[in-house]
Amino acid sequence: MKKLVDLQNISKSFDGELIIDDLNLYIRENEFLTLLGPSGCGKTTTLRILGGFETPDTGKVIFEGTDITKLPPNKRPLNTVFQKYALFTHMTIAENIAFGLKIKNKSKSYINDKIKYALKLVNLDGYENRMPDSLSGGQQQRIAIARAIVNEPKLLLLDEPLGALDLKLRQDMQYELIRLKNELGITFIYVTHDQEEALTMSDTIVVMNKGYIQQIGTPEKIYNEPENAFVADFIGDSNILPGIMIEDKLVEILGAKFACVDEGFGNNTPVDVVIRPEDVELVAEGQGTIQGVVSHVIFKGVHYEMEVMANGFEWLVQSTKCFHVGTKVGIQVDPFNIQIMNKPASEDEEAIGVDE
Amino acid sequence: MNKKILSAPYLLWSVVFIIIPLLMVFYYGLTDKSGAFTLENILAIATVEHSKALWLAIKLSIESTIICLILAYPLSMILSKLNVNQHSFIVFIFILPMWMNFLLRTLAWQTLLEKTGVINSILKTLGLPGINIINTSGAIILGMVYNFLPFMVLPIYNSLSKIDKNVINAARDLGANGFQTFLKIMLPLSTPGIISGITMVFVPALTTFVISTLLGGSKILLIGNVIEQEFTQTGNWHLGSGLSIVLMIFIIVNMLITAITDKDGEGTML
Repeated sequence: MKKLVDLQNISKSFDGELIIDDLNLYIRENEFLTLLGPSGCGKTTTLRILGGFETPDTGKVIFEGTDITKLPPNKRPLNTVFQKYALFTHMTIAENIAFGLKIKNKSKSYINDKIKYALKLVNLDGYENRMPDSLSGGQQQRIAIARAIVNEPKLLLLDEPLGALDLKLRQDMQYELIRLKNELGITFIYVTHDQEEALTMSDTIVVMNKGYIQQIGTPEKIYNEPENAFVADFIGDSNILPGIMIEDKLVEILGAKFACVDEGFGNNTPVDVVIRPEDVELVAEGQGTIQGVVSHVIFKGVHYEMEVMANGFEWLVQSTKCFHVGTKVGIQVDPFNIQIMNKPASEDEEAIGVDE
Repeated sequence: MNKKILSAPYLLWSVVFIIIPLLMVFYYGLTDKSGAFTLENILAIATVEHSKALWLAIKLSIESTIICLILAYPLSMILSKLNVNQHSFIVFIFILPMWMNFLLRTLAWQTLLEKTGVINSILKTLGLPGINIINTSGAIILGMVYNFLPFMVLPIYNSLSKIDKNVINAARDLGANGFQTFLKIMLPLSTPGIISGITMVFVPALTTFVISTLLGGSKILLIGNVIEQEFTQTGNWHLGSGLSIVLMIFIIVNMLITAITDKDGEGTML
């Protein structure tokens, strides 16, 4: 697929504080790309630079081969859906949607057709003459999306658009957004701190922290093969353990040797090991690789969440089988489910524990 | 029950100091010296002398309101764009003169503008021709603008700073340039503030007699001066009250227009 946007060596600081440091990122045409990270990681600033609301200190924004770094927002071939909707409260829904088209001096009939089409697309037909204040949060967000897409942008920027909605509505809207993207064939850049949202919707996830890109990849890749402890910790629950790679396919964790599938880390190298809680298997006492005692049990609906004290580490375990507090259990992990990561090379990557 | 007892002092206050005086104004305004009902005091506004004073008061108040609006809007825009620390400091500076007595501030202008006043002395020392502004309509407008400008700035600033920055960004994002964004988004969204500001400047400007007395000399009579003189010099409370009622009706109409447009109550900020 063709590159639509190319961010080259972007840096930006506010009041002497570096928010984005030498960021390089490209977005392919028709991609649903999510910038994911904790607040203050630079994801929103990146989006604002794309939208034209901030100018980077250094670097270039290339859109379809043209440098648009200095272009004001109103001249850019893209549109933004803002956090908390940012509808024009003094205008009707129809006027809100027509705003961009009127500025471009489109004909009345064209505008009316577009309003009808956009409202149908977001399932709000007949809302033309309502005022934004009379709509629910979810409806307002749909209008904000409709207002952006009638301009037929090549790129739609979405800044935590579902942040203010409740869980059920948020899930519905996630499917809605995927449907919209597929129907319209627009490239989406989506900013969120919600890892579940990112995993559900994206083609590509860019995990950011402290102004650096931590990992770029598909949702599966990000979840199953996190490149460092930050990504592992931020995406889903995980057990992050210090380990020593004894040799290829053998890692020592908490004094016990586990078989794994990773190679190429060298011999006796200190590494970080990630094991997802659903991948930790609890077996009868005496079996398994290491022995522990169940210290907490919480019923979560789909599964039980347990904490097991073993070899001085509190293992987070998710299982449909319940082991009561105080039960002595063995722990075993399938070699495929042990993810080995290099120790953070720089302090900037060492961000674990600082995230929210 | 408790709440009713607590509100008693306020009720008493408003009865003694608001309702009774108001009723008295209406009583005097609608009766003649013998106590018989008459509309003469109200209709007296139609006489040349009175209608001229009312007309002049309206004209000067409208002029000062417009000047206040022209000065206040850009200032409010700048204020609303500053960050919290900066703007609270500038708002503070702006409100500071309001802590001084209104009379003192106006008297200060008199001292400044007099024929042998501070400004003319300085101009004379510099060898420049003096200005002759005291006792003119211009001086009255200057006094009104100076005294009432904060009442225009605050509601406009208040309504502008309530506009979500992203709403402005959204307009820009949808293709509007700076001027279009101002015209289609900022101006309509700050209209309640503008209306409040206009009322809060226009009403006191219309009724003032202090500014016109101190800066306008005795030659320029506004409706406020006429009413004041009926009470303090001529001693005709009936006529003074009658003219007050006319002015009051004028203001109430003005307030009603405001109430319809200013639903968010920006004007209640002060």
